Amino acid sequence: MSVPHKVGIVKSKQAPNVNTHQKAAVAKGVKAIGKKKDEEEGLDTAEGEEWMQGKTLVKPPDQLDLTEAELNEEITRVLKASNPNAPQNVVRYSFKEGCYKPIVFVDQMAIHFELEGNLVHKESDEGRRLMAKQAEVDDGGGDERPDNVSIKAGKREQKLTNQFNFNERASQTLNNAPRDIICQTEPPPRANFSATANQWEIYDFYVEELQRREKSKEKHEGQFLNKEEDKSKKKIIQAETQNDDISQLAKAVKIIERMVNQNIFDDVAQDFMYFEDASDEFRGEKGTLLPLWTFQYDKAKSLSVTALCWNHKYNDLFAVGLGSHEFTQQGGGMLLFYTLKNPSYPEFIFNTASGVMCLDIHEHLSYLVAVGLYDGCVAVYNLKKKTDQPIYNSRASSGKHTSAVMQVKWQKDDLDSNHNFISVSADGRVVSWTLVKHELVFTDIIKLPVIDAIPDDLKDVIPTVGTSLDFHKQKEYSFLVGTEHGKIHKGSKYYSSKFLEKYDAHFMNVTRVRWNPFHPDVFISCGWDWMVKIWDQTMKSPVFTFELKTSVTDVAWAPYSSTVFAAVTTDGKVHVFDLNINKYEALCQQKVVSKKTKLLHIEFNPVHPIIIVGDDRGHVTSLKFSPNLRKKPKVTCFLQCHCGALLSPLVDVCLHGIPRHI
Amino acid sequence: MNDTPTDQSRQATRYQGRGYAHSFFFYYELNIMAETVDGKKDEADYKRLHSFPLIRHTDMSEEMRVETMELCVTACEKFATNNESAAKMIKESMDKKFGSSWHVVIGEGFGFEITHEVKNLLYMFFGGGLAVCVWKCS
Repeated sequence: MSVPHKVGIVKSKQAPNVNTHQKAAVAKGVKAIGKKKDEEEGLDTAEGEEWMQGKTLVKPPDQLDLTEAELNEEITRVLKASNPNAPQNVVRYSFKEGCYKPIVFVDQMAIHFELEGNLVHKESDEGRRLMAKQAEVDDGGGDERPDNVSIKAGKREQKLTNQFNFNERASQTLNNAPRDIICQTEPPPRANFSATANQWEIYDFYVEELQRREKSKEKHEGQFLNKEEDKSKKKIIQAETQNDDISQLAKAVKIIERMVNQNIFDDVAQDFMYFEDASDEFRGEKGTLLPLWTFQYDKAKSLSVTALCWNHKYNDLFAVGLGSHEFTQQGGGMLLFYTLKNPSYPEFIFNTASGVMCLDIHEHLSYLVAVGLYDGCVAVYNLKKKTDQPIYNSRASSGKHTSAVMQVKWQKDDLDSNHNFISVSADGRVVSWTLVKHELVFTDIIKLPVIDAIPDDLKDVIPTVGTSLDFHKQKEYSFLVGTEHGKIHKGSKYYSSKFLEKYDAHFMNVTRVRWNPFHPDVFISCGWDWMVKIWDQTMKSPVFTFELKTSVTDVAWAPYSSTVFAAVTTDGKVHVFDLNINKYEALCQQKVVSKKTKLLHIEFNPVHPIIIVGDDRGHVTSLKFSPNLRKKPKVTCFLQCHCGALLSPLVDVCLHGIPRHI
Repeated sequence: MNDTPTDQSRQATRYQGRGYAHSFFFYYELNIMAETVDGKKDEADYKRLHSFPLIRHTDMSEEMRVETMELCVTACEKFATNNESAAKMIKESMDKKFGSSWHVVIGEGFGFEITHEVKNLLYMFFGGGLAVCVWKCS
């Protein structure tokens, strides 16, 4: 690079020197530039000279020859903004003064180069005109330029076209009228409160609080103890009055107890309701007794069942009187009420001073219970009352029996609507007791006739022991009394001096005499002479006689049939007879209790086909009749009595029957 | 006569201060010291016994009451010397938890009559002599 440069430089070294000298006046040039060039060229020439030592300087012919000193001379150039070509002394004729005057200000501008451009601002008029022109030109050829101007032009044109199938339609939807809805919710409720916060108030309150806490602690401990005691008591004795705190619990506990019992004895309950012994079909006439629940009470272990009675209103409730028949074994007595719903514990328990001998529940007012005791007292209990004392007691009143009361029976209310009942006792008197306000008023009805065997002078002393009493179902005034001597006396309430009839029934004690619930003339009796006899009151001798192998302690008619009856004996057997089916034999002779236990009483449930039997251990067993034993005879039209039961077979039996002995 | 024990006790203290052992004075002084000590003990006891948080009046629901009580106890224990900060803490927490706007007053002696939103008032004692009243009212 340096070589041609140098050559150029060499050549031009003189040329620029010449040029600069020549154009010194014209060049606007810069002294500095000139100097630079000189310097550059100087450097280069220095180098050039070193490189090309052999070459000699070549001078152009018209170059000035200057001496060294002249060459080194520094020439000063001054830059001016004035145009050197501009005239400096321009004179103009002034017509005002009439002479030539020099112009001071001369235009110093020198135009070196001028070039006309062809750019036009697009916003200017000419620009717009040009653009319009161009658009026209373009439209003719083809629409390529997406210009605002071009589109506008086109639109204006299109609006006018197509008036034939161009249709403009406008519609306005319904604008609902604006409505103002204002709502104000209820503000949350407010309350005022005021207090004072002082040191003494704070102190007082704290002291109070501490006292309160102490008290509640004591209370809690006390209550806890109480509660435990009460609960344990409750389990044992339900009839006792209870704390207010737990009295509400009693009802719930009772229900739970029954539920638990039902669960325990569930199969028994199912049998009671639904079981029908299928094997009865194969047994012909015979039937069986299905044992259901057994009712026993711990405290009654030493006592024997002396009386049984079903409640008419509540068919699952029955009363058991406990005492002792033995003269030597007299202690206290009990009156218990059991319900089939709770076989494990009695509902009501009443303790009596002496053994209960008999009891009867009022037919309509099923809470009134009359009880006859061994010591001759009669008492009336009210089950509704929570006390365990009788509401009436003949203990203190006059007219009290001097000997054990053997049977009590409620009567219809008398004319003053007082309740009354009749009792027969071992002192031979039949007494009517009336409940007047707070006491028992007695009325002697009749005295049992003394037997002839007793010598005259002792007749007043030795009474005829009446052992059983029964009132006629339809004729209220007519009753039967059985005696210890085996006689049965028929009497009437209206005749107080004499009995109407006397039947020589048994050789020994008559334990029970009962009217037939349907037939007006028939009654049954049983005694210790192993006999059960069925009588027609018009006939002196029994219509039927059955001999059971041991002493018969009780007999009862079935409430659903006039021909069915059951008897219990001291060997623990229950005998069921149905005269309609078999006149001579029992349909069922079944031992229902263990050895050496005597059955003492039997009662039919008025509704369900079950019986309860009481024994001398204080236990009561319930038994269900199998279907064979429960057969209700067909009803024939003309011998139907008003109560709907059948009388015809019994009538037949009575009319045609001949007393037979088995 | 009543003054003598105190006089003697003063003397006793002086003597004690000087290191003298006078049994007679000492006995008296012990008595009185014991009484004052007992008094102080009583005070301390009462402070101790009465410092549990005790609600004086409230109509809040069970949950809210328990929470608020806990909060008050925490705040008072944290700012035992500064009621204002404790109140501020309680008020801000209550605002956050249960909505605005709550008011809190803490002090040892003041009377007040306020209107509050039903079921949003708690007035309790704490720490033996401090009363806190918290209520909501916008």
